[in-house]
Amino acid sequence: MSDPASLPDRAAALLAGLAEQFPRARFGSSLGDQVVRVERDDLVAFASAARETGLTAFVDLCAVDYLDRPEGRFEVVVVLLSTRLCLRLRLLVAVPGEDPQVPSLTGVFPGANFYEREAYDLFGIAFSGHPELTRLLLPDEWEGHPLRKDHPVGAVPVQFKAVEQAP
Amino acid sequence: MSNPPDFVTGETEAPEMVNRPAPPPGPVPAAEERRTLHDLWMAGTEAPREVARFTSEGAQEMLAEEQEPILAGQMGALVGDDYLSRPGPSGEDTQVINMGPQHPSTHGVLRLQVELEGETIRRVKPIIGYLHTGMEKTAEALTFAQGPTNVTRMDYLSPFHEELCFSLATERLLGVEVPPRAQAIRVLMTEVNRVASHLIWVATQGMDIGALSMMLYGWRERELCLAFFERVTGLRMNHNYIRPGGVAADLPDGWEDDVAGILAKVPPGIADYQDLLDDNPIFRERTVGVGVITAEECRAYGVTGPILRASGVAWDLRRAFPYSGIDRYEFEVPIGNGGDVYDRYRVRIEEMKQSLRIVAQVAETMPPGDYRTDDLKVTPPPRARLDQSMEALIHHFKLFTEGFKVPAGEVYEAVESPRGELGMYLVSNGEAKPWRLHVRGPSFAHVQALPVMLADSLIADTVATLASADPVLGDVDR
Repeated sequence: MSDPASLPDRAAALLAGLAEQFPRARFGSSLGDQVVRVERDDLVAFASAARETGLTAFVDLCAVDYLDRPEGRFEVVVVLLSTRLCLRLRLLVAVPGEDPQVPSLTGVFPGANFYEREAYDLFGIAFSGHPELTRLLLPDEWEGHPLRKDHPVGAVPVQFKAVEQAP
Repeated sequence: MSNPPDFVTGETEAPEMVNRPAPPPGPVPAAEERRTLHDLWMAGTEAPREVARFTSEGAQEMLAEEQEPILAGQMGALVGDDYLSRPGPSGEDTQVINMGPQHPSTHGVLRLQVELEGETIRRVKPIIGYLHTGMEKTAEALTFAQGPTNVTRMDYLSPFHEELCFSLATERLLGVEVPPRAQAIRVLMTEVNRVASHLIWVATQGMDIGALSMMLYGWRERELCLAFFERVTGLRMNHNYIRPGGVAADLPDGWEDDVAGILAKVPPGIADYQDLLDDNPIFRERTVGVGVITAEECRAYGVTGPILRASGVAWDLRRAFPYSGIDRYEFEVPIGNGGDVYDRYRVRIEEMKQSLRIVAQVAETMPPGDYRTDDLKVTPPPRARLDQSMEALIHHFKLFTEGFKVPAGEVYEAVESPRGELGMYLVSNGEAKPWRLHVRGPSFAHVQALPVMLADSLIADTVATLASADPVLGDVDR
C-alpha cells in the first residue's frame, strides 16, 4: 500500500485501466494512500467505471473547506474500496466556492445518500441529482453550514426550537 | 431454519455486484416544499395539526410515496432486487408510525419512521441528528495532543478504537514510529475492548428480543473488562489512554492477573450464552432469516464489520490493512452465510473467542521497552526531569499549551472497530490543530442501510434487526 509500483499486479492494472479511460484524472499517492484527483464533471462516470472494474464498496464521502485555495475552496473526498484486491482509492474533487455543486453519486452507490446529505448539511455543497437533499444532522430551520471555516465557533446564539407545551 | 454459518479463515471470493440502472430522475422538491407536502400528507388536511408542530422534523421526515424519489432506497430495493411489489400508492391502506427517538430499543436516540401495511413494513426512514454535538468542529479547536479526548466520546462502547484510529492517523502524518511495547499494549486494549463491546451487544440483543437473562449475563462479564480498563487507564469509559506517540502510561503492576482473570472467566460465560441461545427455538425463530442483507448490498451501502462478514465476505481490516502490529498474532476471521440476525450473532460470538485468543498471545509475548516513542517533539520529558532542568520544564509547558506541530498533509486511516470500519480523514495544514477531522463511523452506514435490512419484514422484527446492526448513536450523530 505504498507507492503504485509496489502494489500487487491486479490492483496496479485496475488503476492503470482507469487512468487510460480518464486522461484528465491525476493519479498519485499521499503518505501511502492511493489518491486520484478527478474533475467535477467526470466524477459520476469515474465512480461508475471504478465500480465496474472492481472498486465495488463505497466507504466514505466527506468535504473539506480549504478557504482560499486556487483549485477551489472546497474539496469533496470519496473513498472507494475493493475487498477483493485490498485496494482503497481516494477520489478528490475540487469544488469552487462560488458554485458549490457536485454531481451526486447516489445513482452509482446508494450508500452515498446519507454522506451527501451530511456534506450538504454541514458545508452547503449541493449534490445535484440527489433524490432528497435535506439536512441530516441539524434541524431544518438551522441557518448556515457550521463546518465551513468562516462559520464562527461560539459566536452564534444556540438555535433550538422554542420550548412550548403541547396542548 | 438455515444452517449454522461456516467459519473459515482468510479472504473468500465474493459475488460480483449486479449492474443496476441509475434511479429515474424525479422532481426534487425544495426543503420548504417538502415540509408543506409532509405536513399536508401527515395531517390529511390543509388545516395545521397542532401536535405535529412540536415533534416535527419537517422536510427530513417521510413523504407520501408519490413525492419521494428516493423511495427505492427506503424500500430497500436499490441493489438488484425484485422482491418488493407494492399494491398501490401510500396513504390508503397504510399507516405511518414512529419508533423513537426516545425508546430504549432504539439504542440511543434513533428515530425510525415506518410505513406499515397491516403488520408488514413497506418503507422505513431513519431520522438522525438528535445527538449531534458538532464533534468534528470541536476537533478543529483542539490540538492533536488533545484530540483523543474528543474522539473517544464518539463511539462510547469502543473508545480505544477511536483513540487508536486518531493516533495512527496523526502518527502517519508525523512519520513517528511507535515502540513495540506500545503497539502490543494498543492491541491488548483494543481487543479487550472488542470483547466488552460484543458482550454488551449480546446482552442488549438478547434483551431486545425477550431473553432478559442475557442482559444480566452480558453485563456480568463486561464488568471484568471495564475493571481492567479502570486499573490501566483510571476510567471505565472515555479513557484518553492511546495517544499520538504511544499510550498514556505503562500497564500497572499485576495487569497479567487481570488479563488472566478475563481469559479464565469470559470464555465460560460465552459458552453459557451459546448454551442458552444457539439452539434455543424461540431465539432462532426470532433471528433466523430476519433482517437479511446481501454482500453486494453491504458493499453498495458501505456496511462493514460483523454484518458484512455475516453476509459471507471474509473482510477484516486487521487482515487486509494490518495496523499496530496485529499481524504478529494468530486469529481467524469468522464469516456466516445467511446475512441474517442469527449469523451476526454467531459471527460476533466467534469474534469474541478470536479476540481473547489475541489477548492471550499478547499477554504471553508482551515485549519489554518503552510505552511511548522517544521522539521528543511528541513525548513530554519524564516528570522527574522537570525539577532538575529548566529546558525540560519549558519543553513540557510548550507541549501541553501549544501542542506539537504536525506536517501538512492529509491521511485516511481506518481500524476494525467492533462495529466495522472506523475511518478518520485527518487534514493538517502544518499547525498544532487539525484543519479538518472527518470521522467515518461504522454505525452511520449501518443506520442508513436499515431500510434494506427491514424491507418487507414484520414490525415485530424491527427491534431484532435494529439491535443486530449494533448502532451507537454517539457515533452516528457525532
